[in-house]
Amino acid sequence: MSNETPVLEAKGLGIQFGGLKAVNDFNIRIDNGELIGLIGPNGAGKTTVFNLLTGVYQPTEGTYFLNGEKMNGKKSHQVVAAGIARTFQNIRLFKKMTVLENVKIAFNKSMKYNLVSAFFRTPSYWKEEAEIDKKARELLSLFKLEQFADQQAANLPYGQQRKLEIARALATDMKLLLLDEPAAGMNPTETAELLESINLIREKFKISILLIEHDMSLVMNICERIVVLNYGEILATGTPEEISQNPKVISAYLGDD
Amino acid sequence: MPKKMKRNYLLNLIGVLVLFAILCGIFDTGLLGKKNGYFLGVSIICMMTIIIVCSLNLLTGFMGEFSIGHAGFMSIGAYASAIVTMKMLELGIALPTALYFIIAILAGGIASAIMGFLVGIPALRLRGDYLAIVTVAFAEIVRVAFTNFQITGGGKTLSGIPKISDFHYVFFTMVISVTLIYMFVRSRFGRAVISIREDYIAAAASGINVTYYKVMTFTLSAFFAGVAGAIYAHYMTAMIPTYFNFMKSSEFLTMVILGGTGSLTGSIIGATVLAALPEALRNFQIYRMLMYSVVLVLVMIFKPSGIFGTWEFSLGRLIDRLLKKDKKGGAANE
Repeated sequence: MSNETPVLEAKGLGIQFGGLKAVNDFNIRIDNGELIGLIGPNGAGKTTVFNLLTGVYQPTEGTYFLNGEKMNGKKSHQVVAAGIARTFQNIRLFKKMTVLENVKIAFNKSMKYNLVSAFFRTPSYWKEEAEIDKKARELLSLFKLEQFADQQAANLPYGQQRKLEIARALATDMKLLLLDEPAAGMNPTETAELLESINLIREKFKISILLIEHDMSLVMNICERIVVLNYGEILATGTPEEISQNPKVISAYLGDD
Repeated sequence: MPKKMKRNYLLNLIGVLVLFAILCGIFDTGLLGKKNGYFLGVSIICMMTIIIVCSLNLLTGFMGEFSIGHAGFMSIGAYASAIVTMKMLELGIALPTALYFIIAILAGGIASAIMGFLVGIPALRLRGDYLAIVTVAFAEIVRVAFTNFQITGGGKTLSGIPKISDFHYVFFTMVISVTLIYMFVRSRFGRAVISIREDYIAAAASGINVTYYKVMTFTLSAFFAGVAGAIYAHYMTAMIPTYFNFMKSSEFLTMVILGGTGSLTGSIIGATVLAALPEALRNFQIYRMLMYSVVLVLVMIFKPSGIFGTWEFSLGRLIDRLLKKDKKGGAANE
């Protein structure tokens, strides 16, 4: 482990819903450029961890830091502004907006022109809108989505919708990307394409990624480290080889004798 | 500014001026003879309704939240502007009528916007049905308060409001209001608001401050409702708080839904038709609400997104198509 400030550091993070401890004592450290997998049986609390990290839920215990900045108490949009973006397990696109507009939304926080400029179409309006248009189209072409730019997002094929969601998350200019089961419901070709996209964005944007995934071949393939969650607690942490041979992990997935 | 936009703006400006010239030609020359005053009145009410329906569409169509209390905001605008202008008359401030009118609509708009802001901050934490109920309650509170306050006539008719809602001024107020709403919708603000309608969780996860944009839109919508109220007050010259009742609010909502949620073109057509229709069918006035509900049910069954859906009329596109220059068309441009 290096000495520089980690991108994300969670210390004893937890949340309690009434009597249920959904996530308890969650510790993680993600360094710059790392890709970490978060796995676990159904209901283990993986998505809850994402919701905790993105301000959807406020942790009842523990703290977490992004580049050394304390993130507790921040709302979703403030977390995005600080630099954590996410995708959703069940795709959440702005279905009736065009593919291009979907990406433009995520650029909104970097746009400066005010209400008066919008009303009277001042030069700053035209300048910023043209800039955002260009940036959004660049991002779409990176994901080979540029030919769909003016289509409604709802009309995209499933695999492309996943990619659009990742593109939208990237547009927020974040340091840490949380991907919630990006390969769910994909066929092998689409999964391979997704793998390609993930490698591409890691190269191009130099970001850290935390990935929830059930597709074990994908996780074992690309993750540098894996965190296994079971009943809201960390069961094991380690490299893919270590995890795949860990008896505790095997029994959590397959049950004891 | 892109060249195409420049051309479209110019075309729209010409279109508006032509329409204005036609209406002036009809009303100012007294072409309709005896009935002139009557039709003038109907058209002023239509134009006022267009403003309020467009402002309501901003909430219902673009933000996706129902307000069944828009008559409440309208009445705040109406009374605030009436009180201001009557006070000015009392103090003997002599100003040109145009200036009087501008002060009146700004007073109405700003008073209503302030109320919208104050109501919006707590109420917009709610969504859907719950917010709708709060807006109904708000409009009822305003109505009851205005029937009891001394300053608003205390249940009696408030009369003696100067008649300054001149046809020419109202026309340009309408054009400017609709244009401003359109400009808002087609900007980063409008985009954010539509994204909240589509999926507020994803919007927040894309860095949109949901509450901020909701309150902003609600305030803006209330402002234009107040402007419409000011026009109403200074056209009618006398009014009672009970005019702005629940029926009035639901009438506006009917117009929005009929025209198309998310289409300003639809709002303009819906408002014009449904505001003028009762006049045309004066003999069947008692069946008006019945007819509204039947029409609404039919629209909901056969075209839930309203007659125009989210389609917007574009003069530039129409001319392109007529000249066969751009065969594609269709795409939503400005």
